[in-house]
Amino acid sequence: MSKGEVVLLDCWASPFCLRAKIALAEKGVEYEARAENLFGGKSDLLLKSNPIYKKVPVLLHDGKPLCESTIIVNYIDETWPSPPLLPSCAYERAKARFWSDFIDKKVFDAVCNIWKSKGEVPETAKNEFIEILKQLEGALGEKDFFGGDSLGFVDVIAIPLTCWFYAVEKFGGFKVENECPKFSAWMNKCMQRETVARILPDPEKVYEFVITLRNMFGIE
Amino acid sequence: MADEVVLLDFWPSMFGIRVRIALAEKGVKYEYKEEDLKNKSPLLLQMNPVHKKIPVLIHNGRPVCESPIIVQYIDEVWKDKAPLLPSDPYQRAQARFWVDFIDKKMYDSSRKTWTTKGEEQEAAKKEFFEVLKTLEGQLGDKPFFGGDNFGYVDLSLIPFYCWFYTYETCGKFSVEAECPKFIAWVKRCLQRETVAKALPDGKKVFEFVSVMRTNLGLE
Repeated sequence: MSKGEVVLLDCWASPFCLRAKIALAEKGVEYEARAENLFGGKSDLLLKSNPIYKKVPVLLHDGKPLCESTIIVNYIDETWPSPPLLPSCAYERAKARFWSDFIDKKVFDAVCNIWKSKGEVPETAKNEFIEILKQLEGALGEKDFFGGDSLGFVDVIAIPLTCWFYAVEKFGGFKVENECPKFSAWMNKCMQRETVARILPDPEKVYEFVITLRNMFGIE
Repeated sequence: MADEVVLLDFWPSMFGIRVRIALAEKGVKYEYKEEDLKNKSPLLLQMNPVHKKIPVLIHNGRPVCESPIIVQYIDEVWKDKAPLLPSDPYQRAQARFWVDFIDKKMYDSSRKTWTTKGEEQEAAKKEFFEVLKTLEGQLGDKPFFGGDNFGYVDLSLIPFYCWFYTYETCGKFSVEAECPKFIAWVKRCLQRETVAKALPDGKKVFEFVSVMRTNLGLE
């Protein structure tokens, strides 16, 4: 399984870093996670490895940097092909990429619109978030996972964002379980997977982290 | 079994042009359907209900949306000719990174050069040149972003060229003066028949944009 040295420049609460960690874990790849202090001062290695965006995650494979979490997960899938995350059929692959792109375009922004709200969270922000989850429920259909019978590419892209949902529920005054039960059921199925359960941080800790962020941004 | 390929598109769309070039590179015959974006067809709304945007590739009745995803799909399905993405996973990841960069940075900054004026336009011009210079840096001394051969990144970027006359005229600047290496790359791409045929005339794009600018109160 050893195919060189793998280092991940990381931040524990970042859903984007968690994607890479779950993908590596699913493939049984050993790696070193190096925590970046995103507020105190980014490391020289991070700034050198990702000069364009200066963001985590960055995967360094034998010293060669890869940036942008979805691209990193795609790379992990191609470099360590077993078990596969993307489907083998070109059309199903295009569909997986489409929903992954949808998630990237919509989910985190909707999450941030809720926790960044001053005072009461506007109904529009809540409704937009729920609407996005409902669209994902439509894509899931009757399947256990977006990948079908087992965890696939879209599941790996989506599940890390859900550890931020508890914070969103607290601020927004609603529960994903009530609004989108199918989505909630999918979340529970993913959490039954050892890699996911082990890697995802405690949502309470994420909630505390979000409170810290709000204080930093001066949001009451 | 003959493949049925339909492309829902809009003639000046740089995203649609990407797909046209990819299909031409692979020698794929397809039916081009022009969409009126102010009056989208039921077919478009049915095939792309999530975003309701062009381009949409319909292959044997099944839709593929989002231009980078469409181009990758085309590369995978018609794999026997003209590979667009590199075969090495690391090079592939790099190619995807740069197309993602183009999509994140090029469209918004370039759009603002013709949809804004005054200080906002000056800021947009500055950002646009920064993007081009970053891309020049990535190109380096290679003939194409793909190396010796025209590839995925080149194909994804070159369609913006047909809008340069618009940016330059509205923004009163010259890309060649600021970024000569970039224009040298453009000229190399235009030597390719698939590219030359797919790009609409820059002056036609400008005429189309002028109408929009009048509506926006910018003319």
